[in-house]
Amino acid sequence: MSEPLLRLEGVTKSFEELQVLQGIDLALAPHEVVALIGSSGSGKSTLLKCVNLIEPVDAGRVFLDSVEITLAGVDQDAIRAQIGLVFQAFNLFPHMSVLENITLARRRVKGLDRETSEKQALKLLERFGLADRRDEYPDRLSGGQQQRTAIVRALAMEPKLLLLDEVTSALDPELVGEVLTLIKELATGGMTMMIATHEMSFARDIADRVLFLDQGRIVEEGPPDIVFTRPQNPRTQEFLQRIIEAGRL
Amino acid sequence: MLGGGRSAAVSTISTLVFFGLLAVVIALAPGSREVAHDFFSFDAMREAFVGTETTPSIGSAFLLNIKMFLFAEVLILILALGIAVVRQMPGPVFFPFRFLAVAYTDFFRGVPLLLVIYIFGFGVPGLQIDGISDRSPVVLGVAALVLSYSAYVAEVYRSGIDSVHESQVAAARSLGLSRMKALRFVVLPQAIRRVIPPLLNDFISLQKDTALVAVLGPIEAARAAAIYGADRFNYSSFVVAAALFIALTIPLARFTDHLIARDRKRRRAGALV
Repeated sequence: MSEPLLRLEGVTKSFEELQVLQGIDLALAPHEVVALIGSSGSGKSTLLKCVNLIEPVDAGRVFLDSVEITLAGVDQDAIRAQIGLVFQAFNLFPHMSVLENITLARRRVKGLDRETSEKQALKLLERFGLADRRDEYPDRLSGGQQQRTAIVRALAMEPKLLLLDEVTSALDPELVGEVLTLIKELATGGMTMMIATHEMSFARDIADRVLFLDQGRIVEEGPPDIVFTRPQNPRTQEFLQRIIEAGRL
Repeated sequence: MLGGGRSAAVSTISTLVFFGLLAVVIALAPGSREVAHDFFSFDAMREAFVGTETTPSIGSAFLLNIKMFLFAEVLILILALGIAVVRQMPGPVFFPFRFLAVAYTDFFRGVPLLLVIYIFGFGVPGLQIDGISDRSPVVLGVAALVLSYSAYVAEVYRSGIDSVHESQVAAARSLGLSRMKALRFVVLPQAIRRVIPPLLNDFISLQKDTALVAVLGPIEAARAAAIYGADRFNYSSFVVAAALFIALTIPLARFTDHLIARDRKRRRAGALV
């Protein structure tokens, strides 16, 4: 196996009294797509935010390309620029057009000029069918278009790793498809991704590996076929049973 | 809102009746004849406005108010923004700066503006610092206005900064923007847009308070009016000065209303999307 792109060692995180992550160990190979499943509050979001360093970890270590990024003195802004994070609620910048949303970080973090950044942004917008929306403001877009814009915004930084935090949970059901299609396209293109999701059939379809999180621990992991059909851990069985009863698998 | 010819007619009639009754009440007051002469003499007003040999022109004195207002406004916008930004800097390292910013706003919001002007206008020259103490009373008065108003305006900015949701900062930081860049490109542009109406409201108030600088000696409109009144025993000059201030503040007040209405409309439109 090649050197992992991302590696976590004993990562813990609490908010006040609540221990959200209780020692997470995991490794992600380049081009691997991992789905994080588990009930709300199991720590999926927090795990992604700790990887992106938006939330500082309490203990444990995170390595990107074998370099520890949780060390004191690491330029965390530079690390974040290499790890894309897409949010459930899109979090587009409402005062900026689609094009400005996408070029902001290229210009202000990488210091590229407007022309170069816009050229690259337009190429991405073209590729994901958003070119005609380039001058619109976020509140004029549908939820699906907003989320696709948010993904493009993260892609514009050419991240090594893309983290997706329940990116379809805030969407109307008929808009989920267009976002999932885009993510599949990225997976085909070889993007390394960690995807927290409630869309089980999507997770099964796209993931190379599924991690089941329960109370801040990875209690089960494996290829989707195994985890979804023959889960070993009783917590996983219980969770999937509830999902099946809700008609979501 | 007015809608259609009928409601326009109703509002016209009710306005006429209201002001008609008000005019009758004032006209029937026992002292109305004297008041009309002392406060509303057209000749005295004209004379006070253009000035006489012994009294300054209220018209040109008012230019000083406008000048003080414009200078103060620009400086307040800058200083207050600095205070608001310092106040929201996180982490223990910045504690002394945060503390200073809080102390500043608490102090200058607590002391009456008139006292700030007195203390500054008479205290600073007494310090005898070259280049600062020998400034004219107008400069010292404007400085006092800037110090006092910046405390209020900083709070206005701060409310705007607080109103921008944390998730916006998270999105900006996740892209690699530093804290300062997230503030500059993502938070402040949204925050300032939201606080423009309350900012303008403070500036309406500032326009009037330039008159307080008169206590240091400069002849601005209110003081010019007082000089005329004392010279001629006719107070129509005060009405002239009042009219000038109103003429300056009303356009700004209507502009503020316009922005608030536009903002409300936009938010309603946004809620439908």
